[in-house]
Amino acid sequence: MQNRVKTVKELVVNMGPQHPATHGVLRLVLELEGEVIKKCTPYIGYLHRGVEKLSEDLTYVQSLPLTDRLDYLSSMVNNVGFCIAVEKLVGINVPERAKFIRTMMSEMARICSHLVWIATHALDIGAMTVFLYAMRDRESLLELFEMVTGARLTVSYPRVGGVRCDVDNEFLDKLYKFTEEFPGKVEEYETLIDRNRVWLKRTKGVGVITAEEAINWGLTGPTLRGSGVYYDVRKFFPYDAYDKVDFEVPIGKNGDIYDRYRCRMLEFRQSAKIIKQCIQKLPEGPILAENALRIRMPESPLKIDKKDILFEIYTEDKQIQEFIQKFTEVYASVESPRGELGFYIVCDSSSKPYRMRVRAPSFVHAGVLPKLCEGSLVADVIANIGSVDIVLGECDR
Amino acid sequence: MNPAEIVKKIKKQFPENILWFVCFGDECSITVEKEKIKEILAYLKNTPGLDFNYLIDITAVDYLGFREPRFDVVYHLMSIKHGHRIRIKAQVPEQGCCIDSVTDLWATANWFERECFDMFGIQFTGHPDLRRILMPEDWNGFPLRKDYPIRSDLGDKEWEVYKELKEAAKAWKENAEQS
Repeated sequence: MQNRVKTVKELVVNMGPQHPATHGVLRLVLELEGEVIKKCTPYIGYLHRGVEKLSEDLTYVQSLPLTDRLDYLSSMVNNVGFCIAVEKLVGINVPERAKFIRTMMSEMARICSHLVWIATHALDIGAMTVFLYAMRDRESLLELFEMVTGARLTVSYPRVGGVRCDVDNEFLDKLYKFTEEFPGKVEEYETLIDRNRVWLKRTKGVGVITAEEAINWGLTGPTLRGSGVYYDVRKFFPYDAYDKVDFEVPIGKNGDIYDRYRCRMLEFRQSAKIIKQCIQKLPEGPILAENALRIRMPESPLKIDKKDILFEIYTEDKQIQEFIQKFTEVYASVESPRGELGFYIVCDSSSKPYRMRVRAPSFVHAGVLPKLCEGSLVADVIANIGSVDIVLGECDR
Repeated sequence: MNPAEIVKKIKKQFPENILWFVCFGDECSITVEKEKIKEILAYLKNTPGLDFNYLIDITAVDYLGFREPRFDVVYHLMSIKHGHRIRIKAQVPEQGCCIDSVTDLWATANWFERECFDMFGIQFTGHPDLRRILMPEDWNGFPLRKDYPIRSDLGDKEWEVYKELKEAAKAWKENAEQS
């Protein structure tokens, strides 16, 4: 035998594109030194369907079902986001009842999405029971969705100017019962997980991201709030009925996987609280704005009302003024279960969007994976992917 | 701070470099010269009172046939401290399609700029790793440009890998029929 030189062998490992723990088609190329990750390069794009390009060829109403397919775990929030952007563009006032219904449904979608997250995240780390429990509870919410919208995952329920159909008392009763029972069920998960030694060892102090870094990397949602940054679209730029209900935004302290998990667990309770308030405060009235069926795109922001809307135009150029008159643009965002979901729409006064841009939180969160993984162990990659909660459909659009 | 005040402040600092601005509803968009974009964004990020520490989004819009500098690169900024947003736009012509990268101001710009390059073909000078992100490495053309067709038979221009795949599928089918 020759003298054996004891060195750690460097290894390149492909994780994905299809791996049970990557929650979709995400491929990570990991350069390892022993068990430590030296470099992590994510590759996305396997699911790219060109939603932005497609919607340039469809009318605003036809684009709505496309937004379902972005994030199939919380399609309701995506629909609401898109509708709010178009409403802002054409200046429609949504009736109060529709606003409350949308808020209620958005929170239901948030609970559903977080349930899938806790189920798969726990499964990745090695807890099977939570998966079964969470799926059981999600089922009862999906049934409620089916009752009103007729669909379970891709709902396409909100409309520009309101919602498609009204909710009945049977639905409200069932939902109220759910919100009464749900906090108890969350406690069930917590008893299963919180004192689990394996769980604590694998999440506490792992994948730490400080508040400054989190802002620098553009994280949103529970992933950002886990680092202790207070930012929630629902509080900062309230849409729908969020300014009429009372809720808190849970924030973490250390920015590790455990804090992100805690944030989402506390959000469960807040969501249930919001739904309960929405049911109690639900006003009577129409569910669709009167002019919603005859939507017309604004010809120009200049022609609407000079005093209120336009402060000043800092140009004398005739051509530029004509150009500004032709194109209107709007950015509206909602708090999806994953973070800030923004829609940037450029309108050229026709019935089709000239350009629709989706600012997807998962896209940003997938970008932060190298930062989280480099320097940690291979096993922590799984926990890290789970903790930022990415949906690849939304990431690739 | 409301959008009008922000605009005033930026206008005072960069009187020469602001081309125009429009306020629509509660949103303000400022169009600036592309040479100064990094300086202006750094000013917005670091000035107390403005504190735009959060980059929401970078994207581009193609105004083919409407305006001469063809592309607009659009930056959405937000301040978590004060809770205000602003939209900055820079015009990029088709010839010399490049603009300064802002990756050293915000780390999140990295992926957004890569996507923008992938979809519009805009070069970001100073970007550490400018590769395609959503499309395959050897893809022809930039899908979100207006002259890229939504549906058509590309014929010879078809993506090589896809052609190979189609031929392989055809051969496999013939084999299956024979046996």
